[in-house]
Amino acid sequence: MDVSKDLVAASATPLVLGILAEGDSYGYAIIKRVAELSGGHLQWTDGMLYPVLHRLERLGYVAAKWSASENGRRRKYYRITKEGRAQLAAQRQQWKAVDGTLRGIWMQACTV
Amino acid sequence: MTTFADQPLEEQIAQWRTYLRRRQAVHGPDVEELEGHLRDQLAALIDAGLSADEAFLVAVKRMGSLDALSREFAHAHSERLWKQLVMAPDADASANTARAEILVVLSLAVAAALTVKAPALFGHPISPDEELPLFYARNASLFVFPLLTVYFMWKRGSDVVSRVWLALLFAAAAVFANIFSFRTGSDTERLTALHLPIALWLAVGFAYVRGRWFADGGRMNFVRFSGELAIYYVLIALGGGILTAFTFMMFAAIGINPGWFVAGWLIPCGAAGAVIIGSWLVEAKQSVIENMAPVLTRLFTPLFTLLLLVFLATMAWTGSPINVKRQVLIGFDLLLAVVVGLALYAASARDPEAPPDFFDGLQLLLVVSALMVDGVALAAIAARISEFGFTANRVAALGENLILLVSLARTAWLYARFVRNRSTFAALERWQIGYLPVYSAWAALVVVIFPPVFGYR
Repeated sequence: MDVSKDLVAASATPLVLGILAEGDSYGYAIIKRVAELSGGHLQWTDGMLYPVLHRLERLGYVAAKWSASENGRRRKYYRITKEGRAQLAAQRQQWKAVDGTLRGIWMQACTV
Repeated sequence: MTTFADQPLEEQIAQWRTYLRRRQAVHGPDVEELEGHLRDQLAALIDAGLSADEAFLVAVKRMGSLDALSREFAHAHSERLWKQLVMAPDADASANTARAEILVVLSLAVAAALTVKAPALFGHPISPDEELPLFYARNASLFVFPLLTVYFMWKRGSDVVSRVWLALLFAAAAVFANIFSFRTGSDTERLTALHLPIALWLAVGFAYVRGRWFADGGRMNFVRFSGELAIYYVLIALGGGILTAFTFMMFAAIGINPGWFVAGWLIPCGAAGAVIIGSWLVEAKQSVIENMAPVLTRLFTPLFTLLLLVFLATMAWTGSPINVKRQVLIGFDLLLAVVVGLALYAASARDPEAPPDFFDGLQLLLVVSALMVDGVALAAIAARISEFGFTANRVAALGENLILLVSLARTAWLYARFVRNRSTFAALERWQIGYLPVYSAWAALVVVIFPPVFGYR
């Protein structure tokens, strides 16, 4: 089962912010974490993560810094900001509401 | 990120990087970031037992097509798009639309020229020997802006709802520009002529951003567009001036006075048509010419800062107060408007992710010194009002002064936070573009409320 493109796009922001809330990270590691968390159901085109990260950076939800990686080349690390955490909390409420609504209707469908 | 011993693989990576670099929406550091990702992916795949070739194919495929990727980057960084159009133009389609666009632009420009001449049929003649009737000054924006709006609607598309709203808006503007019976030579009539274009420019902006006022980047692009249009308009006007001078010289040489043609046709029709042509030039040439407005901003920010600081120092040194006359009211408003404009264009040209640099410090200094100069002027204006009472001009000047003051004060605060790394540049940008409708709202207020309140004087 592959999740549809629209859903992937809609969930990108909370997902990225959620992963960064676990700790600072960089692009490749974030993609790996998404695959791990979703059990492979969420298929991202790898490159598409970066425009999302840059958009979040511009909105002030994440901050980025170039630093050296373990193998010498430099790498861009992302960190969630205070505004980012607030945004994450807000999105979480919204997703909960969607999730709750869908659950409600599906429970009914089961019992009918 | 990993470097590979495998030479062919390094060559393939280098080639991929070259392809990516050609995309103008993807900048140098982005390429580096994406390449780092590719290398990490390759290392993991090779570890898992794939050959270098297979790993490269899989990694590149997972990265996604370069077209789709650069389109996404262009969405995330619309200011890059402004310089170089990357939205993959189809070769055949663009030739056709370019020709259609020229036709549309030319017919709209001719329509604008004819609109200016239409009132002459209904008893508002333009005569070379008399001053231009104020009727034309009041309605100047109404001759051109609706047609400019039509151009943007044609170019970017629009829905029925926004079309109806904009039509209603322009109709209302036409009513308020002409319904009042102003006394001859009244201040309120001049205020209407000055403020109506400011109010209506927002409507043009609404069509420019295709009705999606709050979508990212749209408003900032409209600000860029406005600045570039002003520059193109001045250039076209210069050319028009030369054309006029030659018209006079040549016809005078054969004993004919072309005054009626120049004053009645050439200048009014040219001035109206030039707005449409200028807009089209900005739209069409944005990829050819480097933006001018930001360049001028960089040039004049230090000069204006210097002027303001020297002025403050001189005033402190000599202790001479500001002598408030009518021109001074307007003069200081203009000064603030120029400073707001400088701050806005500096923001529009800036890479929002770049850390604060020297120029940002200079901007902050400019805004703060403008605030101080304005504080002094404001005190003088307030003293004048308390001594001689309210007039339409003074209230309009005071209102504008306060609106610009709020904008600048908040800009200074956000700049200071940004320079000290307490806040992002995006916050500053959001404030500036979010504040834009306030100017138009105040201008609309002056047009609608002031004439009756001040007795059409």
